[in-house]
Amino acid sequence: MRHFEYARADSAQQAVAAHGSDREISFLAGGTTLLDLVKLDVMQPDKIVDINGVALDEIERLDDGRLRIGAMVTNTALARDKRVVDDYAVLSQALLAGASTQLRNKATTGGNVMQRVRCPYFRDGVSDCNKREPGSGCAAIGGVNRTVHAVLGTSDACIATHPSDMCVAMAAIGATVEVQGPEGAREIDFADFHLLPGKTPAREHALEPGELITHVVLDAPLEGSRSAYLKLRDRQSYQFALASSAVIVRMDGDTIADARVAMGGVGTKPWRAPEVEAALKGRAASEQLFADAAKLAFENAIAYAHNGYKIPLGQQAIVRNLSDLTAA
Amino acid sequence: MSDKQQSIIGAGVPRIDGPDKLSGRANYAADNLPPNLAYGYGVFSTIASGKVSQLSVDEARKMPGVVDIFHHSHFPTLYHTPSSFAQGNKVEETRLPFEDERVYYEGQFVALVIADTFENARAAARRVKVTYSTDQAVANLDQGVEANGTQAGSGNHDRGDAASAFDSAAATIDVTYRTPVETHNPMEMHASTAWWDDEHLTIFDASQGVVVARNALSKIFAMPPERITVHAPYIGSGFGSKLWTWPHAIATAAVSRELGRPVQLVVPRQQMFTTTGHRPETRQRLRLATDGNGKLVSLRHEAINTTSYTDQYVETCGSVTKSLYRCPNLTVSHETTQVNRGTPTSMRAPGAAPGLFALESAIDEMADAAGVDPVQFRLDNYAERDESQDLDFSSNHIVEATNRAAEKFGWADRNPEIGSMRKGREIVGYGMAACNWEALKRPCDARVSIRADGTAFASCATQDIGTGTYTIVAQAVSDVTGIPIDRITVKLGDSSYPDGPVSGGSWATATTLPAIAGAARKALDEIKRYATGSNGVFAGASGDDLEVADGGLRSADGKLVSFADILEAGRYGSADGEAHTEAADSKYSYRSFGAHFVEVRWDPGISHLRVARVVSAIDVGRVINETTARNQVEGAVVMGIGMGLFEATEYDQRNARPVNNDYAEYVVPVHADQPEIDVILLDHPDLAFNEYGARGIGEIGVTGLAAAIANAVHHATGKRIRELPITLDKLMDDVPQARSA
Ligand SMILES: Cc1cc2nc3c(=O)[nH]c(=O)nc-3n(C[C@H](O)[C@H](O)[C@H](O)COP(=O)(O)OP(=O)(O)OC[C@H]3O[C@@H](n4cnc5c(N)ncnc54)[C@H](O)[C@@H]3O)c2cc1C
Ligand code: SF4
Repeated sequence: MRHFEYARADSAQQAVAAHGSDREISFLAGGTTLLDLVKLDVMQPDKIVDINGVALDEIERLDDGRLRIGAMVTNTALARDKRVVDDYAVLSQALLAGASTQLRNKATTGGNVMQRVRCPYFRDGVSDCNKREPGSGCAAIGGVNRTVHAVLGTSDACIATHPSDMCVAMAAIGATVEVQGPEGAREIDFADFHLLPGKTPAREHALEPGELITHVVLDAPLEGSRSAYLKLRDRQSYQFALASSAVIVRMDGDTIADARVAMGGVGTKPWRAPEVEAALKGRAASEQLFADAAKLAFENAIAYAHNGYKIPLGQQAIVRNLSDLTAA
Repeated sequence: MSDKQQSIIGAGVPRIDGPDKLSGRANYAADNLPPNLAYGYGVFSTIASGKVSQLSVDEARKMPGVVDIFHHSHFPTLYHTPSSFAQGNKVEETRLPFEDERVYYEGQFVALVIADTFENARAAARRVKVTYSTDQAVANLDQGVEANGTQAGSGNHDRGDAASAFDSAAATIDVTYRTPVETHNPMEMHASTAWWDDEHLTIFDASQGVVVARNALSKIFAMPPERITVHAPYIGSGFGSKLWTWPHAIATAAVSRELGRPVQLVVPRQQMFTTTGHRPETRQRLRLATDGNGKLVSLRHEAINTTSYTDQYVETCGSVTKSLYRCPNLTVSHETTQVNRGTPTSMRAPGAAPGLFALESAIDEMADAAGVDPVQFRLDNYAERDESQDLDFSSNHIVEATNRAAEKFGWADRNPEIGSMRKGREIVGYGMAACNWEALKRPCDARVSIRADGTAFASCATQDIGTGTYTIVAQAVSDVTGIPIDRITVKLGDSSYPDGPVSGGSWATATTLPAIAGAARKALDEIKRYATGSNGVFAGASGDDLEVADGGLRSADGKLVSFADILEAGRYGSADGEAHTEAADSKYSYRSFGAHFVEVRWDPGISHLRVARVVSAIDVGRVINETTARNQVEGAVVMGIGMGLFEATEYDQRNARPVNNDYAEYVVPVHADQPEIDVILLDHPDLAFNEYGARGIGEIGVTGLAAAIANAVHHATGKRIRELPITLDKLMDDVPQARSA
């Protein structure tokens, strides 16, 4: 087998120390992304630092109403947590719409934020892929790109979607990523955490080498709001989103007092849609309003050979979610 | 079969191999771990057409645990098999592994690393450096026709004058359908474990046909079949991909002999899309015409399928078209075109599955054009006899199947107007299609022993591929001998047993059971001989006066002696019988029939399509085991849903590489996609076919299902989707086109 060094960390400090910053090193959480890609020879770490022993598996309510989630909290535990179910239904639903029970039992909050793209050209280890082999090109542009390729935030260098469902809910809720690294601790706004591919698709997130995610802190729930996640795909389970929406609304009678909208399956990162939110706020709920607002999200969308349908499908995901949430 | 034991035939006897499978005792090909086992891992071509120009193994050779690395200039000499179905030595890919430096498809073996562990073999395989000289690959059917034209296929048929009848008909349609490559994807990986002792090859192979595999290997290794034993006691399904021997099995055996130690090779999931067969891509032109009374007067079904550069594989899409409907003027033709893909092979209901998608969609389109309800149109046009062979059907209950399924489904409630039926946000679509499959019966040998401990033992070199063959063989032995199921041992999947059939073509039941019953009766004759012999318990009696009862023999005066006591009295260990049964005769056209009715729901607001309900009535002769039979049809319906809505192996048109070659991106139905499935088994014995009156049930359920979905989708949406799978993007309006590159 591919030989790599293996270290086990009992604390965040130890994990960061064991990691260092000079080599190809990976933290091992649930392993559902990492071990897959190591077995495919696509990720080739020299060293793996197992963080399953670090005590980051708590969920706590902070005094300011925010919810602080340890990086090692599993997707299952997070989806079932009562505070999440009650205050952040959209997050619980997004988690449960992802992967399968077995995977969710292993997958962690930090790992989910950090999961890699599902683009088959990235995973085959052979095709031109700027993410895997910077400068080699992007085989997906001009190739098969129906399911896991984006219409928003793409560049000529990369068009892969960010595959996470959980992150779409977090983008809608608003969150802060707490990290610890060789240079100490810092916070990154969730909206700034995932990077657009631009000319450097190999750089996917705002972490510096050796930095460990310790927590994701959700913004306090929007008072009096309702929320839901709607995921559209070919089969009814166990598939990444073709298009999805995370919507949070607060109603004032028939009027939308406040709204948060994010999308999955269509963007190269978890895609918050402020223009949709602005169009909804202060307006009376109606199918026409929803359709007009949803359209705004896709004004700059680019269709590739097989994924043009995601432009209307993404709008449908928003419209249906809004009409269900605002129905009496 | 005997009348007294009627109850065991048809009963829903639970699978006798179930406990072994559930407890993990069942050993599949890769579960065999003989001492000193070495593991193989392939190096697979990353181009689809060209040559290996350089292959460097130096770095790989130095990796831990590596034993040897084989490739085209370092591989033992093997021989070609004639690959004859009649001779029983068929393989689908006749090119031998590592025969030369040519590359015909992506994912072809170009080297094979052998190491002490699987992981070491895999790690080293990734260090083998291969450079290629690459030719422009032919990536799909259209490119194949363009680059290579077509070559004639087989299974063609012509009667009357379809062209002139078409030209003068009252109503006509001329439409073209397409189906993509589908990949079998059985749960169990293709795998082989082989070793040699004293020039005897033993191979545990994930095989649906141990006898044919043995015979093919005997040709390939130029040694007598007696010196080869192929084992496949359990197969984690195959759907056709394990019918014939593939390069990995040949290579495993060859390398094991070369190294003088056991070798195991498991084909990775990615290469199960390339080097172990697939259902080929098809393009099918259907031209139908009716007279003023809605009767078919002309039918042409012209199909092209993709094949490989190394072998000709014909997907006989028109096999059913020849005989399902009455039509005096009919043409069926098959052609192939070469593309850079591995050799295709049979996949559950080969020919009929893609063929009936086209035919049964076209029949609906024709009914529409003729202004007739699609059920009525079929009832008006179903054939009464097989016009292609000029034979009567042995037994055909398609009218009953159609009517019963229609009634159970509630077809009468269908408002034919498109999009007119709604439930909440969903539009309801009703569609139906006929299903059809040839009934086949092959020659077969079998052995049955009744043993002194009161048990029975049956053996046959056929296989149980998960369908329930072990169980129905036990049922047949029990039926003839009266020995209860739990005292019957059944052994299958070993080429040293009496020659049995490949598990394919839905012929295993009709082929195996008569031979098993014959062998059981011979064993009874033998035991009667013991009983009536001079020292026997019925000394002096005639065997004809003894009847089988309660696990023994009973004389006319009521004296009952158990088999065990009869054997004990003569100090016999067992009474054995062997039988040989022949292939089906050609007095009749033997076919199975049925009809699927499907309800789909289309939610246009979120472009969501689902199959909500299926009612299938199936006429397969006598049902031998209610549970496993129903399970076969339900499973086939689920596979048909996959074919209709999801399944397609996608190839990059620039280089012929399969793109979605894993289990996450190759979409098959999951449990949440499985609707209520209501299976009606008509259970009319076809006694002209064999003594059990059973035809076979493995494949028919997948035929027609995709067409029934397509027809229902048309009813719901008004869209006629002629290219599978019916994904949501094909049903959406105003899909933006790609920006020009
Ligand atoms: C078949 C399949 C289907 C799936 N379907 C879905 C789906 O429908 N929706 C969906 O959202 N997801 C899906 N997933 C993805 C799944 O959610 C992710 O694999 C999972 O969340 C990753 O978490 P993990 O703990 O296993 O991460 P790991 O595999 O352990 O790690 C992933 C990456 O994150 C890094 N990492 C992990 N923890 C930290 C940390 N604390 N700080 C810094 N870096 C870290 C690792 O080094 C690695 O690079 C699917 C996965 C599979 C295999
Ligand atoms: S889309 Fe991105 S991940 Fe996929 S091939 Fe292009 S660069 Fe690589």
